[in-house]
Formats: sequence, C-alpha cells, structure tokens
Amino acid sequence: MRLAVVAGPPSAGKTAVVRQIIRTLLDRYRIAYLKIDVVRAFEDEELAAEFGIPARKVCSGDLCPDHAGVMVMRDAIAWAEGEGADLLLVESAGLCLRCSPYTTQALGIVVLSAVSGTNTPLKMAAMLGLADIAVVTRIDLVSQAEKEVFRERIREVNPDLDIVETNAVQGTGMRYLIRAIEDCPPITDPDTIVLRGAPPLGVCTVCIGKTEIGWQHHFGVVRRLEDADYLFRGD
Amino acid sequence: MDPSPIREITILPGRNRNGEPERFEAIVIRPGDTISVVGPTGSGKSALINDIEVFARNDTATGRTVLVNGEYPPEEFVRDPAHKPVALITQNTRCLADLTVAEFLAMHVRSRRIADDGIVERTIDLANEFTGEEIRAGARMTALSGGQTRSLLVADAVLIAAAPVLLLDEVENAGIFKERVIEVLRAGGKAVIFVTHDPLVSLLSARRIVMRDGAVERVIEPLDRENEALREALRLDGILRRMREQIRAGDLITGPVGA
Ligand SMILES: Nc1nc2c(ncn2[C@@H]2O[C@H](COP(=O)(O)OP(=O)(O)OP(=O)(O)O)[C@@H](O)[C@H]2O)c(=O)[nH]1
Ligand SMILES: [Mg+2]
Ligand SMILES: [Zn+2]
Ligand SMILES: [Zn+2]
Repeated sequence: MRLAVVAGPPSAGKTAVVRQIIRTLLDRYRIAYLKIDVVRAFEDEELAAEFGIPARKVCSGDLCPDHAGVMVMRDAIAWAEGEGADLLLVESAGLCLRCSPYTTQALGIVVLSAVSGTNTPLKMAAMLGLADIAVVTRIDLVSQAEKEVFRERIREVNPDLDIVETNAVQGTGMRYLIRAIEDCPPITDPDTIVLRGAPPLGVCTVCIGKTEIGWQHHFGVVRRLEDADYLFRGD
Repeated sequence: MDPSPIREITILPGRNRNGEPERFEAIVIRPGDTISVVGPTGSGKSALINDIEVFARNDTATGRTVLVNGEYPPEEFVRDPAHKPVALITQNTRCLADLTVAEFLAMHVRSRRIADDGIVERTIDLANEFTGEEIRAGARMTALSGGQTRSLLVADAVLIAAAPVLLLDEVENAGIFKERVIEVLRAGGKAVIFVTHDPLVSLLSARRIVMRDGAVERVIEPLDRENEALREALRLDGILRRMREQIRAGDLITGPVGA
C-alpha cells in the first residue's frame, strides 16, 4: 500500500486536491481516506458519498492535529490495509504550522494557496522543509508574475521542493502530482515508519492550565519579550 | 540549454458542453498575431485561454490539446515558469503580495536570474505608459488600483517574464490604455490573445474567435472589411478618453466633444 500525507493551512485547497487525486486514480487504485481535524470535519462523509471509498476522520480536540496524526497513523494504516486499500490518503488540518506531519515510506504533499500572501511560505517553513512536493492552488486567480514570485518564496525556504501549480477545482497541472504519487514506493514495513523531523516542544505551563499572563507566573521555557525573537526553537 | 524558439502554438479541438466535437480543425498562433476571443459571459472564453496557459493535453474540462511547434511541449515549458512561453494576465485586478512594487519586481527578476540593474525601473516606466494613475516604486502591491495592477503585470510580462505569447483576460475592465498596450505588444513581436467584450480591442485584433456553449463557434478574419468600424471605434474611444481625463481632473465638459 502507498501512503500520501496531505497537509497545509485551513482552506488551502487540500480536499480539492485530494478529490482530483481520487478522481484520476480511482479506476486503478483502491483508495482509503483519513481526515485529521481539530473540532469538526465533513470531508470523510463527502468523499465516501462521492466516490464510494472507505473514509474516516479523527478530531484532535486540544491536541495539535499533526501530533494527533502521528498517534493514529499506525492504526490508520492497519485500517486501510484491512479495507484492501492500495493507496491511503491522509489529510491533516495542520493548523499549528510548527509541526510537520510527514513520515518516511510516504509521499509528503504540502498544499498552499497562491492568494495567501507572499510571506505564507516563510510562516510554514517546517512543513515546506520536510515535504516532497508543494501543490500551489488558486493559480487561476493570479497572473504570471505573481506565480513566479510565490514560487521563488517557496524556493527560499526549500530549494529542492518539487512545485505543482494548479486550479484544484478544475484539476489543471495535476498530472505531475499524480506521477509523483505513482512513483512513490509502497510502504515496506509499517512498523519502521517514523516522522521525518522531531516536532517542536509541545508543552509549557500555559499548556497545563495556568492562565496568568506574563513570564513571571510561569516556569520552564520562559523568556522576556526583549530577549529573543524566538521564545523557543525546536528541531 | 535554451529551449527552441516558439514558431507556432496550435490549438486542437475539444468538445462543447454537450460533449459534441468542436467544429474547427486547428487554430495556429504565431509571433506578432493579435487575436480576440469574444462571446457571451459563460461561453467558455476564459477556459480557452486557460487551456493555452496549461498546455492542455486532453486533460482539461474542454478536452482540447495545445501543441508547441507541432508537438507536445517539453515538460519545462509547462512546469518551469522561466521557460514557459506564455504569460497569462488574469481578470483579477488585485495583487495580494505583501511587497512594494520595487520589491515585487526585484524578486521576480531574481527568480529568473536576470542580471540587469535597470530592469525594475524600466518595467515601472513602461507600466506608467499604460495607466494615467502613476505607479511609484515604493507603493505596496496590495494598494494599487485595478488599472495600476494590470498595467504593471502587463509591463512585467513584456520585460521581465519576456514571454512570446501573452494572454490577457478582459484588460479593458481595469481602465488601462488599451491602444498603447496593443502597440507595445505588436512592436515587440508578441502574440497576444485578448478575452474581451470591448469593440475597440476586438477591432484592433487581426483575428476573432467566437465562443458559444463552451466551444469555438467560428474564427473570423475580417482583413480590411472592418476598417470603417475601426476608425469609428477609435474616434469614439478618443472622445471617451478625453472626457475621462477631464472628469478626473475635476473639469466641467462644456465645449464641443466630437473629434
Ligand atoms: N478558484 C479556486 N478555488 C479553489 C481552488 N482550490 C480550492 N478552492 C476552493 O477553496 C475552498 C476551500 O478548499 P478546500 O479544498 O475545502 O480546502 P481545505 O484545505 O481542504 O480546507 P480545510 O480542510 O477546511 O482546512 C473550496 O470552496 C474550494 O472549491 C483553486 O485552485 N482555485
Ligand atoms: Mg479539507
Ligand atoms: Zn503542532
Ligand atoms: Zn504551551
């Protein structure tokens, strides 16, 4: 079975991209789909109804959805294999942007919208840095120069990233993403799959319920505002 | 490894909305051509130029195929913007880049690895020939008006992207100097395809593609049969342009308006 992990900011067009993948590959692959979201998600029901594929969701609640994804990924692979799938598509809400849900033995797809502002790629460096291929959506809404400037911004973060530009609603340009999925080798041993990079530290005293503002009331990784641009820098 | 120059782009027919085949054999576009794409809203005009811009290979909703020099284009034409021979200026008149005009253009120049110190300035100068509202190097891209954005993106396509084929989706809506744009593009030997509702832009083009129901209905080459209509359209456009400038300047238009 092949595994592809699709992540990116809210409303970037992840599900639109997933739909195009399913549409193109449905007659050649048995596809299973898992959505990892925070509070609510509807994609599983929509895609199951639309394409008749096995689909499920998990909501991470107060946990970072990418962390939640890591927790359930092994179970998800077993579930998809039990369904007889030979391609598992995992869509992660990826809200926190510090984490990167990509694993070994899988294709890492990052989806971002061409109209989300030039600095967006810089803000999601963790995801861009560890993905294999970037899918830039809403290309139908920008002119040539804007496309190239956006692409340059992505290259600044990860010069090796393969970039596919698409109108995800129509499915233009998708043939290169499809090829990347088909070229990605299937999982060899699910028990040896690991995250590509260690996620950042996920706990501070705010996380465990202290609500006072100001570092004076907390302990652990605490800094003053002036001390550093970054309060804490992980992997 | 400079890709071979573009001698021609060929559009092969697809299907209309009812799945019936389009009734043309091939539309061939060569350097210096001016073509307008006309037809009611929703007739498939934007889809046609989108097919050209993505080099459709029977893989878009229309089923059309687009060839370069008679063959499927090499992958870098399609995927690497620096090699891509077509530049699309969309209907969208807002640019959402969080950059100033000079930063935006400089970044585009950098992405193309062009070593030319004056090119940003020349691009802004050219853009200012297309619009009456001056574009300044330090202005933010997001603050530009529709006309300024269009003008800048067209100037960029000519000088920085330097694409041999330009696709312009309804340029007229943004209030830019269409005649001047067409003049510059022609002088530069560009092939230009306008999606347009504007009679003047259509009349200034050598060929007209008429769309209906998602398909090419016919291709018209007026030759000199529309010369009189063109002369009239130019005269009327001149009157409207002068009025626009006067109104913008706060004047009262009381004198004779004819040309
Ligand atoms: N014009 C245009 N619209 C798009 C494109 N891609 C997605 N959309 C639209 O953008 C909206 C959001 O797309 P989704 O695919 O639901 O985004 P998502 O990333 O899955 O969103 P969440 O899972 O809720 O975070 C939908 O209405 C899509 O139809 C595109 O390339 N062009
Ligand atoms: Mg979604
Ligand atoms: Zn996280
Ligand atoms: Zn915390």
